[in-house]
Amino acid sequence: MKVGVLSVQGAFAEMEAYWRRHGAETFEIRQLADLERGMDLLALPGGESTVQGKLLKDLGLFEPLKERIDGGLPVFAVCAGLILLAEKIDDPGSRDGTRPSQWFGVLPVTVKRNAYGRQLGSFTTVGTWDGHPNTPMTFIRAPAITAVQPEVEILSTFNGQPTSVRYRNITASTWHPEL
Amino acid sequence: MNDRQELNRNLAQMLKGGVIMDVTTPEQAKIAEAAGACAVMALERIPADIRAAGGVSRMSDPAMIKGIQAAVSIPVMAKCRIGHIAEARILEAIEIDYIDESEVLSPADDTRHIDKTKFAVPFVCGARDLGEALRRIGEGATMIRTKGEPGTGDVVQAVRHMRKMQGEIRRVVSLREDELYEAAKELAAPLDLVKFVHANGKLPVVNFAAGGVATPADAALMMELGAEGVFVGSGIFKSGDPAKRAAAIVQAVTNWQDAKLLAKLSENLGPAMVGINAEEIETIMEERGK
Repeated sequence: MKVGVLSVQGAFAEMEAYWRRHGAETFEIRQLADLERGMDLLALPGGESTVQGKLLKDLGLFEPLKERIDGGLPVFAVCAGLILLAEKIDDPGSRDGTRPSQWFGVLPVTVKRNAYGRQLGSFTTVGTWDGHPNTPMTFIRAPAITAVQPEVEILSTFNGQPTSVRYRNITASTWHPEL
Repeated sequence: MNDRQELNRNLAQMLKGGVIMDVTTPEQAKIAEAAGACAVMALERIPADIRAAGGVSRMSDPAMIKGIQAAVSIPVMAKCRIGHIAEARILEAIEIDYIDESEVLSPADDTRHIDKTKFAVPFVCGARDLGEALRRIGEGATMIRTKGEPGTGDVVQAVRHMRKMQGEIRRVVSLREDELYEAAKELAAPLDLVKFVHANGKLPVVNFAAGGVATPADAALMMELGAEGVFVGSGIFKSGDPAKRAAAIVQAVTNWQDAKLLAKLSENLGPAMVGINAEEIETIMEERGK
């Protein structure tokens, strides 16, 4: 399997190592020309969503990647990657408490950024993921999924709140399986 | 190493491939975030002005730091003086995301650094060579940066430090295992960390470039030499068009290998910070805290 790892900013090296440990071939996506290599799965790593989102647009990667995601390309996203995929962003300042995402907006969930506070709120825990008990879960300035549409499958939870989900071609989590 | 330190190393991993920008006001912080900064360093005066003003330079006013925390969603860092345990505790109390125990401020202790393992909040420290980096990591730093010569706009020291550190890493990798004890003695560094470098060919924490980065080309140079991201201090808000320059440096760090793109990014950025040659200055900040 060939995995394209979005490598504009963040923990993309860790994401590549994660997929190589699982026997996949990986390559880095830093600019448009990299997409010509073709991929079986797109991996969106952790990092800063504002930076990654801006670079996706500045580098002309946004539209071609959105087309592929809409076309059914399997996507694996963590943390910042999940924020880029979410349909709505929790925004207490707005009229109904949410605003539509300015990024891919293809995953029917609402995400609250930095939901556990600043770095002092970062933590690790162990839980069940998609039927696998004792899965270590690392939350780094993590977002929270505050609402999901009924068609979204919940794969793991923390304190009753979903922390990873599956929807059509997308698997996404607020914590880092690659760390 | 405790769980907290592991989490703090993890946050630095999320900053990789990014640019951390010095800002002095909430407005500058918003410009930096919009330009693609992966974190901001909140401080009252940027290094060039600290150098110009002279006198004792201390931790910034917590009210000013809180104003910047409220303005942006990206991580906010702030500096404390080398060895100033109380300043570090204050920064931890206001929930700063990362403390820079920095030679840019006047040192509070001229021989000892803070025992950073006693804090829950993460620390980044400057280092000029491998021994210095491993001593700081031994004390609990979870991110390292070169020292450069802050506020000069002259990249020569950052280049020197990064080349030296990478060269020493390559040397440690090449040693026989029974030679690592003597290497640890020579480097004045903890043996377990020297063993880590020998086995992995890199520092156990993320390593950024800092000091004198003023152009997209400077940032690309530091990435070429092995930096995992860059700090830009005076280089942005001392230049003619900060927003444009900041965005160009962010793109240069992502695509540092693409010279055609770098050429385009370097066009019409307006005047860079004037700077001073590192050899013309009297206060050598990089000498602070070894």
